[in-house]
Amino acid sequence: MAELDTSGGGGKHKGGKVRTKKKATRVDLTAMVDLAFLLITFFILTTTLSKPKALELIMPDKDEKTHDQLPVPESRTMTLLLGDNDKLEWFVGEPGKSQPSVIGYGKEELRKVLVDQDKAIKASHGGQGMIVVVKPSAQSTYKNMVTVMDELNITGIDQRAIVDITPVELALLKRDNLFK
Amino acid sequence: MPRVKVARKSTAIDMTAMCDVAFLLLTFFILSAKPKVQDPAAIAIPAATIIGPIPEVDFSTILIGQGKVFFGVAGDDVRKKTLDIMGDKYKISFTADEKNVFSGIESFGVPINQLKGFLDMDAKQRTTIAQPGIPTDTTATNELYDWVHSARLADKYLHDKELRIGIKGDSQEEYPTVQKVIATLQKQKIDRFNLITALKSK
Repeated sequence: MAELDTSGGGGKHKGGKVRTKKKATRVDLTAMVDLAFLLITFFILTTTLSKPKALELIMPDKDEKTHDQLPVPESRTMTLLLGDNDKLEWFVGEPGKSQPSVIGYGKEELRKVLVDQDKAIKASHGGQGMIVVVKPSAQSTYKNMVTVMDELNITGIDQRAIVDITPVELALLKRDNLFK
Repeated sequence: MPRVKVARKSTAIDMTAMCDVAFLLLTFFILSAKPKVQDPAAIAIPAATIIGPIPEVDFSTILIGQGKVFFGVAGDDVRKKTLDIMGDKYKISFTADEKNVFSGIESFGVPINQLKGFLDMDAKQRTTIAQPGIPTDTTATNELYDWVHSARLADKYLHDKELRIGIKGDSQEEYPTVQKVIATLQKQKIDRFNLITALKSK
């Protein structure tokens, strides 16, 4: 214990012998405990908050030898072209045949489009879901790609792939001033 | 009539046990905390909402920032073995000292022909020089390919586990650099990666 009983010899000394009064060795630990808990709190917060997390990304197999791939119906395919300045454009079907629209990455824009198109395609194709092809251009950033993959996770669209952009699609981006 | 006196008890509480416990916990947290490692390039990671934890062992991290690529793998023993395999492949023999230094470096970004010079520097110098990044130019068999491949071999040899790959890219990094890294990984049939992100609300 932090205190030792050393405070003997208080008032009952006889014979006039002067004894030096011993002080109690009790130390007030309150401040020390305060400090210790403060440090504990600090360490708990810093260790658990800095744990890195990751978004899992699965790319389609790139092996040229595989020929067992199923053809993908164009009408169920939505293409996202990622341009510069945090803008993207999307269209359903083949490039050039349907007019692309330019949107941003926000909650109200990209997510709304994804949900609406998924619903529309499910309704017109008897419950079959939408296939999303993400085509980042050379001027889109890594953040854009992560945002798109995350939005696809949120909206629960599992059939997606990241594919290289084609010249036709690049021309579309250039026309809409999303690529210089 | 004598008044009954209620004996007053001292309000001082014995803090000893509490203090002991507090310091025990404090010691535990200090010891279990890992020092934050400085990345060779300033990287601001993007945020995502649906994310999972990443493993701490059998994990390799590829950093992408300012158009440069840096490579790192978890575990001192794996790093040492990786350097052995790379040394064999590129016919460079590293001394025991250089291997020890390499096993302590979390991630680096120098071409293999400059690696010897990089390892001979002192620790302070290493953090201050600008590292040129690992060459990824030709996707056929570039150095990044060999580093990842060697790390996978080393991890398989030492722990008998499949090495998992994480990509830690800067938010503003343009896509071509990321694309080159992904293409390099897909060349060796790695189709699954973890993109290291921060958490954001929906």
